[in-house]
Amino acid sequence: MKISEVVNKTGLEALTSWDDEELTGVYISDMVSDIITGATGCGLLLTLQTHKSLIAAANLVDVGAVVFARDKRPAADVVELAEKAGIALFSTPVDTWSYAAKLFELGMR
Amino acid sequence: MPDELLSRSFTIHGRDFERAGEASTEIKSLLKELEIDPAVIRRTVVIAFEAEMNVVMYADEGTVTFVLTDEDIGVEIADRGPGIPDLDLALQEGWSTATDEMREMGFGFGMGLPNIRRNSDEFSVKSRVGEGTVVSSRISLDGAP
Ligand SMILES: Nc1ncnc2c1ncn2[C@@H]1O[C@H](COP(=O)(O)OP(=O)(O)O)[C@@H](O)[C@H]1O
Ligand SMILES: [Mg+2]
Repeated sequence: MKISEVVNKTGLEALTSWDDEELTGVYISDMVSDIITGATGCGLLLTLQTHKSLIAAANLVDVGAVVFARDKRPAADVVELAEKAGIALFSTPVDTWSYAAKLFELGMR
Repeated sequence: MPDELLSRSFTIHGRDFERAGEASTEIKSLLKELEIDPAVIRRTVVIAFEAEMNVVMYADEGTVTFVLTDEDIGVEIADRGPGIPDLDLALQEGWSTATDEMREMGFGFGMGLPNIRRNSDEFSVKSRVGEGTVVSSRISLDGAP
């Protein structure tokens, strides 16, 4: 599914610029060791962590987009790092489970 | 003897969460440019990142040495720091001395060293209490761990 479709249909706020890439799956985790081994390339990562090492880990595994649940927002320098690394960051006001349900309803698997 | 194609070393600063992950990111960029098999890159990235984060979280300063040959990738992370008193315990899944603050950041899963070992074709860790720790990994370029 294209990032644009996910953004429009689940009401995401973009925190960085983004290209309309294809998202191939979803991974949900707040543990960095779990993300580095489990998150898939080109997928959407749904998380509550907003620090720099999270961006580093997401970049290392080629995550396609990061969505912060519960209106979490990284600090300006973290956004800048993501922008440089070419990782699209988004925020949703809803909690992790509610956002996961939206993705599932949309047909993301 | 395998031919050495490339070698690099990077300094890691203990407790510097601002720059944590930079060395691993550079190693990944190098491997990607060289069009190394994505599965090999992924394993190398897990090893480099977990070892780098351990230096950031537990040690004072460390050096990552990365060597690519025509047969394999070697990653060695040597640090100056407190060392690990009980290596068997440290290698157990889920065992961690991470602080509450680190846990809130999503660290302290106790999976770093086990994941480094799992993703290596050859693995060793040596440590001296009060001096430091050396983690060495070798990843073969041709296939399964
Ligand atoms: N470089 C290091 N220096 C000192 N202690 C370390 C180092 N690396 C690991 N340790 C110790 O080993 C434990 C397990 O490490 P690890 O498997 O990476 O899990 P975690 O980092 O999640 O605790 C750490 O909690 C720490 O006590
Ligand atoms: Mg660790």
